[in-house]
This record gives sequence, C-alpha cells and structure tokens, in this order.
Amino acid sequence: MYKIAVMGESDSIYGFATLGLDTYPTDNPESAQRTLRNLAEGDYAVVYITESTASGIKSEIDRYSEQKLPAIILIPGVSGNTGDGVRNVSKSVEQAVGSDIIFGGDKE
Amino acid sequence: MANKTFTATRMELTRLKRKLITTRRGHKLLKDKRDELMRQFLSLVRENMALRKKVEAGLAAANKNFVLAKSTMSEEAVNVAFMTPKQEVSLEVSEKNIMSVDIPVFEYRTRTSDPNDIYSYGFAFTSSDLDDAVKSLSDLLPDMLKLAETEKACQLMAAEIEKTRRRVNALEHVIIPETEAGIKMITMKLDENERSTQIRLMKVKDMLLEEAHHYSEREA
Repeated sequence: MYKIAVMGESDSIYGFATLGLDTYPTDNPESAQRTLRNLAEGDYAVVYITESTASGIKSEIDRYSEQKLPAIILIPGVSGNTGDGVRNVSKSVEQAVGSDIIFGGDKE
Repeated sequence: MANKTFTATRMELTRLKRKLITTRRGHKLLKDKRDELMRQFLSLVRENMALRKKVEAGLAAANKNFVLAKSTMSEEAVNVAFMTPKQEVSLEVSEKNIMSVDIPVFEYRTRTSDPNDIYSYGFAFTSSDLDDAVKSLSDLLPDMLKLAETEKACQLMAAEIEKTRRRVNALEHVIIPETEAGIKMITMKLDENERSTQIRLMKVKDMLLEEAHHYSEREA
C-alpha cells in the first residue's frame, strides 16, 4: 500500500491535506532534499513537488527519474507557473529522440 | 576504427562469420525495439503534455481560490479548518510492461467512498471560497494521478530508448564494421597464403623436373 506526498512551500500545498495527501512543507533546499530522500525511502509512490522547491534540488530529483518509484512530479506553486514542469517533459523527449521534435515549437 | 588485429586462421574466420550473423540479427531486433518504443513514447508523451497543461491550469485555478479564501479568513482559521483531514488516499501500484520497460500503474483508493466527503471542517467559520478551492483541488486529483503515471512512464521509456539507441548505434557503427573488416582481412590473408603455397609448389615441381630430365622449362 503506497501513499502520496506533496512537498513545497506551505502556502502552495496546504490544500492537499484535505484530500488525504500527506503534505510536507519545506522552505529551504537542504530540508527539502532531506525530506525528499526520506519520502523516497518510505512508502510513497508519488511525490508532488512545487516547481520553486524543485528548482533547488534538481540533482536529487534526477536521481529518481530512472527508478520505477517514486514518481516525482512537478506542480506549479501559488507563486505561479515557472514552466519547469513542461520543460521536464520536453527534456525527456530530447533524451529519447535526440532533439525536441514535438514541443520545440511550443516554446516562446 | 577497424584497427583491431585478428589472427588469420580459418577458426577465427568461422568465429567472426558466426559473430557477424548474430550481431546482424541483434541489430535488427534492437532497431525494431527502438522504433516501437519510439512510436509508443511519442503518443505517450503527447498525452503527458496534454495532461500536464490541464493539471497546471487546474492547479492555477485552485491556487487562486485558495488565495481568495485565505484573504477573507485568518491564518488560524484556515489552519484549524485543515487540521484533521477526513479523507485519506492510498495507492495500489501494479506494473505494466511496455516493450520490456516496467512502468508503474497507479490505482487510488479513498478511505471514504463518498467523493464529496472532502471538507474537513464545519461550514460555520469558513468562507465559501475555501469550499470552492477544496472542491476544485479534489476534482483535479484523478488527473494528477494520471499525470504522475504517464510522466513516470515517459521518463522510464526515455531512458530505455536512449539505452537502446546507444546499443543500436554501437552495433551499427562499431561492432558490425569491425567484424566485416576482420573477415575481409582474414579472407585476403588466407587467399594470399594459398597463392604463395601454390607458387611454391610450382617452383618445387620445376626444380624436380629439371633434376630428373635435365631440361629446363624455361628453354623449352
């Protein structure tokens, strides 16, 4: 049985608690990194991270991208959409194809 | 590139020929695998992008509602409202195999079956914006899980495609040419050896004839 976690600034994520997801407010990269590591070792299958928090711990997140679990998914925070999530999708296209042939035109 | 040295023997030639056949077959199989992976990946990644756009738009709307709700309520009131969540979500993870890539499939289960059982607070002291916010977020949850599933699948498949592509390229541009060059080299060397043996035999025959009959073929 797995659970779902949400990480980020408390302002962006407190609403998820009411849906029954576990929220882990973090406000600096060090604690975020520690929390993410704990979550990945725990029984969490999906971890949602706000884009602004994720930008500080990219290397840690990349470590899990080729593992089956957990799925780490970027979500926009309350401060707005930085486009990192979309960029990540383009990145996997680039990794697979060699260059972003699908969404290349979408970037402004 | 092909500067590997092979011993010029028949045994080595047979070994190389056999290796070439296996390599060619492997190359073809891997190439097919890559093409099929790519085909599936492209449709999956399109779905991923569409879902992401949808989820991001939904989250932006939900966040807006939350900000509105927070502006009309005190920080404490909001914290109290969310203190004890009623609902609990657990995930069942199974596996799906797409072209030998194991991708997780999520199935979520909520503790209470009523989808409207998400408000962890009495309605007396909270603003209605909060209800809207919670509702919009809860409506988004299935899509968010779907997004998690497809995005993970895309990441795993991208990694697999990259690996397969490397293998295909290594076979196509290094292993196969090297083996072909080796076969060519050995064949030429063996042919050369055969020719030199033949010449040697002819020469020896000449010498023997000259000795036996005392005539020289050159004069005749």
